[in-house]
Amino acid sequence: MSAAITAEHLTIRFGDFTAVNDVSFAVEKGEVFGFLGPNGSGKTTIIKALCGLLTPSTGTGTILGMDICRDAAEIKRQVGYMSQKFGLYEDLTVAENIAFYAGVYGIKGQLAEQRKKEVLDLTGIESYMNRRAGQLSGGWKQRLALACAIIHSPQVVFLDEPTAGIDPVARRALWDLLFRLSGQGVTFFVTTHYMDEAERCGRVGYIYLSNLVALGTVRELQQLPAANPIGTTRVQITTANASSVLDAVRRLGGVREATIFGSSIHALIETARIDALKAALPGATVVAIVPSLEDVFVTLTYKIMGDQR
Amino acid sequence: MKHLFRGLIPICRKECLHIVRDRGTLFFALLIPMLQLFLFGFAVDTNVRQIPTVVFDESHTQESRQLLERFAGSDVFQLKSYVSSKEEMYEAIRAGKVRVGIRIPYDYARSLQNGTTASILLLVDGSDSTVAGQAINTSTGVTLRESLLRVLPNGRLPIDVRPSVLFNPATRSANFFVPGLIAILLQVMTILLIALSLVRERERGTLEQLQMTPVAPLGLMVGKMIPYGVLAFAELCAILFVMRVVFQVPIAGSIFVLLAMSLPFLLTVLGLGLMISTRARTQAEAFQLAMGTVLPSVFLSGYIFLIENMPTFFKGVSRLIPATYYIQILRGIILRGAGIRELWQNAAVLTLMGCIAIYMAGRMFVRQKAG
Repeated sequence: MSAAITAEHLTIRFGDFTAVNDVSFAVEKGEVFGFLGPNGSGKTTIIKALCGLLTPSTGTGTILGMDICRDAAEIKRQVGYMSQKFGLYEDLTVAENIAFYAGVYGIKGQLAEQRKKEVLDLTGIESYMNRRAGQLSGGWKQRLALACAIIHSPQVVFLDEPTAGIDPVARRALWDLLFRLSGQGVTFFVTTHYMDEAERCGRVGYIYLSNLVALGTVRELQQLPAANPIGTTRVQITTANASSVLDAVRRLGGVREATIFGSSIHALIETARIDALKAALPGATVVAIVPSLEDVFVTLTYKIMGDQR
Repeated sequence: MKHLFRGLIPICRKECLHIVRDRGTLFFALLIPMLQLFLFGFAVDTNVRQIPTVVFDESHTQESRQLLERFAGSDVFQLKSYVSSKEEMYEAIRAGKVRVGIRIPYDYARSLQNGTTASILLLVDGSDSTVAGQAINTSTGVTLRESLLRVLPNGRLPIDVRPSVLFNPATRSANFFVPGLIAILLQVMTILLIALSLVRERERGTLEQLQMTPVAPLGLMVGKMIPYGVLAFAELCAILFVMRVVFQVPIAGSIFVLLAMSLPFLLTVLGLGLMISTRARTQAEAFQLAMGTVLPSVFLSGYIFLIENMPTFFKGVSRLIPATYYIQILRGIILRGAGIRELWQNAAVLTLMGCIAIYMAGRMFVRQKAG
């Protein structure tokens, strides 16, 4: 297996501000790589640099073996890009949008017809061909945007928060599409805020304040030492009314984090204090658990904030 | 070459679809210049006629009445009211009811008979310099003529000027104003259309998407220039038609040369629109920037004020304004019947300006993409 996307010590500065600081990673061909991080942490900047839209201040990267600085023009032909805003012309019909992007990528004649049929089969948008893009629902807009982004059969596709503001059914449909394509060898680089989406990804990177602070499979991240400090245990507290005891749990000695998950509380607590916790909450069941991805990122973020102070 | 303009044809095709779909914008883009043409074409009259005038005649003699008749006969003054005191005269001017006051002193007739100089007072409202200038010139002419007729024994003037106005014999304002107006209207419309179309793409996020595709900056820009250029050209033809038919302004030169020489101007304003669109983040900003080009084009292009009368610095500025050259082309061909031989330099400067504007817009576009 060869890497479809690599970043090597990528640093991007805008004046005094460092938007991306020494970020390195590699994404294998056919992989669905999830990229997480708060707004403004540098996710979109990295995508722009990898697509050749921004020149990195230092460091480099490759797409399908092509250098992002030297081969920017060729890279643009080989990658697909879909943003949160979808980049659709709302006053044009579905067919016109698809035809426009086919034209922009220089796809003509027989090949254009064939590709159009393929993306229509894939996205199932055929019955809306003559509708204006602006009249589609969010889910269909997203499918149309994907159809436009892959019309030129790119081997690498960047999706920048593709599911923001989309209902769960449409979100799942999109992910099913992504996995079908990745099965055909297409590599996906997906940024998202949704933890359930991140957990679907083969590997996940977490960027915080311009630094890549975690990288690996979901399982690897759950076992990160930084997310499981020595001498602490992550526990799930199941009790009758979780919300009313949350504050009490947070005030308890040795509790580092506590938050509500449905009808239970997830807490990070010093292992020595577990008995005290159990004593303080009679009637509650306390069991040790593996941290969720969200637990991992929250713990990492608190740790960095603490280190900075 | 193909590389440089990559994406031109799909962009061009898509832009035509936008134009056809957005009937409202199209309608207003074409209608508003036409409305303004009618408005200004009918309203603007630079010839000063019938200035409202107040008279304070203390003399009340046949001589004084004769002089006043000469004033009224000039068509420049309209003797609107008569007052009986200096204060009333002054008050009428200050109130804006009249613009000129004529005071004929009580000893006017006596002075004429005695052979001493009879002085009359002309009070002029200077708040409009054109009107004031015209009032002073005409009154000087009227009194000089009256004086000469009095001293010459046979009542015949030794010299008589017979003005013959070339190219616009009736000195109709429309002939002078409408050709210049074409440049201004065309400029505003074209800059706005193309700048808004690009800024709209930025606002909606489609520009970001396009930048991720292999579309070349020139492909995008020229792809937009072609449809909007065609639209502006069609509007130009419509405006020329209205000018000829409604305002009865004859086109002395060749209409084909005029249309051909309009192309460099369209190129320049399209380029300007593109430059604006690279700077503006929102449509409102683009609109303001586009409007910012209007006043210099009106005041410093020779459209209203003579370039020859400007201070050296502003003469230099006027040479940087595209409308300056196009107005010379318009007036040259429409009024004076000039042709390529007389006007090719103007067209050449505009072509150069257009190329520079597009080159700059391209560079600004690429640099901004990186930032």
